[in-house]
Amino acid sequence: MKKILKNDGFQSFVASIICILIGLLVGFIALLIIEPSGAVDGMLAIIKNFMGYSSDVARTKYFANTLVYTAPLLMCSLSILFSYKVGMFNIGAAGQYVVGVAAAIYAALILHWSWFPCMVLAALAGVVWAVIVGLLKAYCNVNEVISGIMLNWIGLYITNIVLGAAKMPSSPYTYSLAKYADTAVIPNIGLDKMFKSPYAGLALPLAILFAIVIWVILDKTKLGYELKATGCNKNAAKYAGMAEKKNIVLTLAISGGLAGLGGAFLYLTDITQWFLGANSVPDMGFNGIAAAFLGGLNPIGTIFASYFLEHIMQGGSHLDLTTYCPEVSDMISAIIIYLCGFVGFMKYVMNKRRDTKKGGEE
Amino acid sequence: MEQEYVIEMLNITKRFPGIVANDNISLQLKKGEIHALLGENGAGKSTLMSVLFGLYPPEEGVIKKDGKEVKINNPNDANDLGIGMVHQHFKLVECFTVLENIILGVETTKGGILQKDDARKKVMELSDKYGLAIDPDALISDITVGMQQRTEILKMLYRDNEILIFDEPTAVLTPQEIKELMQIMKNLAAEGKSILFISHKLAEIMEVADRCSVLRKGKYIGTVNTSETTMEKLSAMMVGRDVNFHVEKAPAKPADVVLSVENMTVASKSHKKNAVNNVSLNVHAGEIVCIAGIDGNGQSEFVYGLTGLEPLASGKLVLNGKDITHDSIRKRNVEGIGHIPEDRHKHGLVLDYSLEDNLILQNYFEERFVNKFGFLKRKNIRDYANKLIEGYDVRSGQGPITRVGSMSGGNQQKAIIAREIERDPSLLIAVQPTRGLDVGAIEFVHKQLVAERDAGKGVLLVSLELDEVLDVSDRILVMYEGEIVGEFDPKTVTEDELGLYMSGAKRDEVTVK
Repeated sequence: MKKILKNDGFQSFVASIICILIGLLVGFIALLIIEPSGAVDGMLAIIKNFMGYSSDVARTKYFANTLVYTAPLLMCSLSILFSYKVGMFNIGAAGQYVVGVAAAIYAALILHWSWFPCMVLAALAGVVWAVIVGLLKAYCNVNEVISGIMLNWIGLYITNIVLGAAKMPSSPYTYSLAKYADTAVIPNIGLDKMFKSPYAGLALPLAILFAIVIWVILDKTKLGYELKATGCNKNAAKYAGMAEKKNIVLTLAISGGLAGLGGAFLYLTDITQWFLGANSVPDMGFNGIAAAFLGGLNPIGTIFASYFLEHIMQGGSHLDLTTYCPEVSDMISAIIIYLCGFVGFMKYVMNKRRDTKKGGEE
Repeated sequence: MEQEYVIEMLNITKRFPGIVANDNISLQLKKGEIHALLGENGAGKSTLMSVLFGLYPPEEGVIKKDGKEVKINNPNDANDLGIGMVHQHFKLVECFTVLENIILGVETTKGGILQKDDARKKVMELSDKYGLAIDPDALISDITVGMQQRTEILKMLYRDNEILIFDEPTAVLTPQEIKELMQIMKNLAAEGKSILFISHKLAEIMEVADRCSVLRKGKYIGTVNTSETTMEKLSAMMVGRDVNFHVEKAPAKPADVVLSVENMTVASKSHKKNAVNNVSLNVHAGEIVCIAGIDGNGQSEFVYGLTGLEPLASGKLVLNGKDITHDSIRKRNVEGIGHIPEDRHKHGLVLDYSLEDNLILQNYFEERFVNKFGFLKRKNIRDYANKLIEGYDVRSGQGPITRVGSMSGGNQQKAIIAREIERDPSLLIAVQPTRGLDVGAIEFVHKQLVAERDAGKGVLLVSLELDEVLDVSDRILVMYEGEIVGEFDPKTVTEDELGLYMSGAKRDEVTVK
């Protein structure tokens, strides 16, 4: 039993659960403050998400849609996690995700490429965006958070400009891929029939595969050994002759590629189209931070964390809009996500409690 | 009735998870005595002092002041009881003057305006009384470490502390400063102050202390009068076995030049002068060359320049006849430099990594540890780690998978030494390799250095400890303000002579041998 309690993975799991519960509680209190009469129903709607539907078909379909949104979130959280393990906070993942979206849609609608090259271009766009951050950090000592945030905004407006060419004349959105570029839509590999949703497809299985690949790289390879050493103690890495500058750039390149692919994984399903009037960076990249921490900074953990966060966010849209204004649903999911970022802190508290208790008992 | 003991710590027990740091320890301090507290690292000295200073509550035992039981819950309580401490790392504000530092926290103010005149008078009186010779208006950043220490002493005296704790006070001082400190401590005791002197340097304890209490592995071993004991007896009490203080070694047989440094200059990061200025020297195979000097005279930067951690401003480095001036760190490591770094936590180890992963830090990229697809060969790594752990007696909780950060300092250092020596370098650079280690571990490190020398390697030792400098090396070079100012034979030079060179009072022209 003691061994289990001390096990790092188990601790992360328990800490994540505690954070989720606190998040739900605080969200519930917020609902109570805004409008007590609908709080219980509202909270249940959020937690139930697709399970709130009465018909089987609707349930499966909306479950599938939650899964579709899970894939890009998982990619963004892998992006954050990978650079975090190497001692960097890639908040620029949000921007790398956006330029990935731009590249994917542009390749699909303007260049008429099929889905696979579209994905590759999206990944490359993310790589380029992240390498700028990496070069600035490695050679000019510019903090990756500062340059990342600035590039997020630059990426957003460039995306709006570039995708102007793919805008529908009568609406502020880009064209639907299914209608105008169906070869660019990610293959359904039969999942559409299984889930009764046209958007279900290869994206999530691919994202899960990437999670496993990242886990293998970090845990089993020489590259992971070097990168993690740099992250834990960059002085020791330098002492051991590791090329720290190269490693910084390489890490961010991989990180950016993951986020860029995330952009393709969402928009190439055609579940949504890019809104050309967007004047804030999509929160997918930022939610990736919460998912990475909620998943205990473990690639496999992030799979489940990403699903959970997406479940809550999709659930938010089921909030009764006659009782609450639409922003409330975003706010509640934000509160829950925010508290999910406290996993590390929760672990620290748990360890401290255990240690003092032990010290007193013996 | 006058109490014999000013402070008594009776049957103190303090536990941490998995370890009993203090196991039923008693310590009695007489008024006006200098009482040494001796023990290896991890023996429980610091914990005991932290209990006395109110940082940890003991689980069992009582503390008595003048025969009355007291509760010390925090450092303020300790101060109220007249207990003061000079920490190993001084707690001074660099950009304040000596006087400002002394009154910091107990300033007298009138209407919000600082009143320094009375304070100045009291400080000068104290300074004169104990022969501290302090300049109250000098900035801390401008004065020597010895003077900074005196400022710390004055801080305690200004607060009318009666019980003064000195935590390893001599570690940072020159031989001359150590002598002066000893005199100051004697003056303080003569005036009725009671002193607790934490140290593991036996010679100093024998010289200055009246009595000495010894701890070993958290247990109280005994208290002896220093006039009735010897260094050998004390060390046997401390370690639990007889320790050989003097390194047994045959005369050196220097052969070819392994490392040649020509006119090396390294820029300083903190000031405009060069940290290392035009240094030339040779290290031969089969000799231990020691760079002696007071901390901060360019030794660290000199080693950084050698190992590639910092770039040279000018100069040339030749290793085994090959110019390595512009080689990367990795290339230098592979070409034959082994480096036991000054700061094992900063450079030497990845504390969050396991022991086995730290043991391959310098050669993880070799074919025996990585397959052609870039995957680590875990089995080979484990075998290699086990071989080193056994060969160098590296002790840890869970063997190769122990997190290095949880290991003791001595075993961390053993791990580094194992890693560096096992790579079979032709030049071994050891920077303060025994810093913070206890007597047993120091003996081990010194034996390893001599063994490397005898195996025909060049050994460059950088040390601040004069005992070590004189005992281990075959040739001594003194570094002062980034320059080599003297070369000596350890068999003929005295500590005093070295001290004069180390403090810049004397210098010679040194020709490269």
